[in-house]
Parts: sequence; structure tokens; C-alpha cells
Amino acid sequence: MELSLATRTIAEHTVLEVGGEVDVYTAPRLRERLVELIDGGAPHVIVDLNRVDFLDSTGLGVLVGAHKKLRNTGRTFALACDKEPLLKIFRITALDQVFPLYPSVKAATEATGPQA
Amino acid sequence: MSTVRLAFTPAPVHVRTARLVGVAVARRAGVAEELLDEVRLAIGEACTRAVALHRQYGLADLVTVEMSDEEQYTVRVIDRAPIEAGLGIAALPPDELTNEWLPGDQLAVGVGFALLAGFVDDLQVRPVDEGIGTVVRMVWPVDR
Repeated sequence: MELSLATRTIAEHTVLEVGGEVDVYTAPRLRERLVELIDGGAPHVIVDLNRVDFLDSTGLGVLVGAHKKLRNTGRTFALACDKEPLLKIFRITALDQVFPLYPSVKAATEATGPQA
Repeated sequence: MSTVRLAFTPAPVHVRTARLVGVAVARRAGVAEELLDEVRLAIGEACTRAVALHRQYGLADLVTVEMSDEEQYTVRVIDRAPIEAGLGIAALPPDELTNEWLPGDQLAVGVGFALLAGFVDDLQVRPVDEGIGTVVRMVWPVDR
């Protein structure tokens, strides 16, 4: 399934909903969109992975890059994901210790940003 | 025993095709349904790595994927890059992955190896028998 990207705003949070397959071919599009959001000044970014069918190391690299960029400018980055195959990928790479991971966008908005 | 061999131009767009073929052959060979996600990810990682190496070295040679179902399901992903490049960086601890100095492509290679090692119990990375290049060999059990 092709990559799909949709952005919405919840209070001060920018939520990027990702669907389909994130791999070496599609990850550059995800990177471009995240860079747009970050360079556009989004203070709190949540990437919703709950509609992602496939995620590889290239996609993980893009997420790490966004996390670093936001962290270095005092902003927040979080992931919403409750899909076990994806969570296993985060555990195996130990990136579950790097990313703030929440099961849903609601949980992520409650835990990050100005109200947190 | 049957073998399926796929060769593709080292372009990212073809990695998905390799994943789809690899999973289709695995299913037909009798790999358990619950392992197919891991097969898909591992073949994708091995092919992504091969494509990245060919592009890094400007190699137009095809990346080869061989799938055979003798007593187990064996997948070999073969690249033609110099062996010293083929090993890349090993899995890095998470704090190093987020270091500012680590470029995105190196980061992906490190994470890719971590995923391969994590998902494939029987994994071997070695030089090709003839010429230049590396074989990533992955084996999964089959139910017969």
C-alpha cells in the first residue's frame, strides 16, 4: 500500500497521520513533510503510526532525525502507536527508549506539550 | 527443492517488489504465517542495504535475491559492493543513534543491522564466493 500523509491540529499539537508503507522508497516523502512541519515552527509534533502497515530502518531514521531536530530546539516529538509488529521493531532497535511512545494520539497530546 | 531468483536494478522502488516476492515464496514454502511479517521486514532490510551500497559506489550491477525451500526457507541477498563497505556499522546503542554527528544513511544502516539481527535467528553475512560483494543469508523454518 502506498504511503499516505495527512496533517491535523489539536490545540498546539500538530498531528501527522501516516498510513501505508514507510520504506526506502517512500521515506523521503515522510522526511519532507516532517521538515516542512518543523521548519514551519510546529511546537509539538505527534506522528500517528496506527495506520502504518510496514516500517523499515529508513523510516525509523527519518523519525529519529525529526526527534533530534525538535529536541534541539526545545520542542517536543512523540509517536502514537499500538500496533504490536511496529512496537516490536522499536523494542529490537532499542528506539523505544529514545522516542516518547503512546498508544493513541489522545494519550500523546495529554502527555506532551503545554498541558503536560 | 525449488528456487526463485529475482534480480533488480539498485533502485529503492524495487525493494517493495522483492519483499512481496519473498513473502509469496515463503508462504508457498510453508513458513508459518506468524513469521511472515519478519520475513518481509528482513528481506526488505537486506535489499535496502544492498541498494544503498550499490548507489554509494555508483554500481549499476543488479541486486540478486535467491529464495529456495530445500529443508528450510533460505533467502540470499547478494550485492556487488566492496566487502569493507558491506559490513557497515554494527548495531549502535540508542544514545549513539541520536547523536547529532551520525548521518541519516549511516543511522539507517545501523538500525537495519539491528533489525536483521533481531528478526532473523539464522543470519549470516559473508563475502561472495567469486568476485566482489557480500551475501546476506537468512533462514527460516518451514512446516511440512
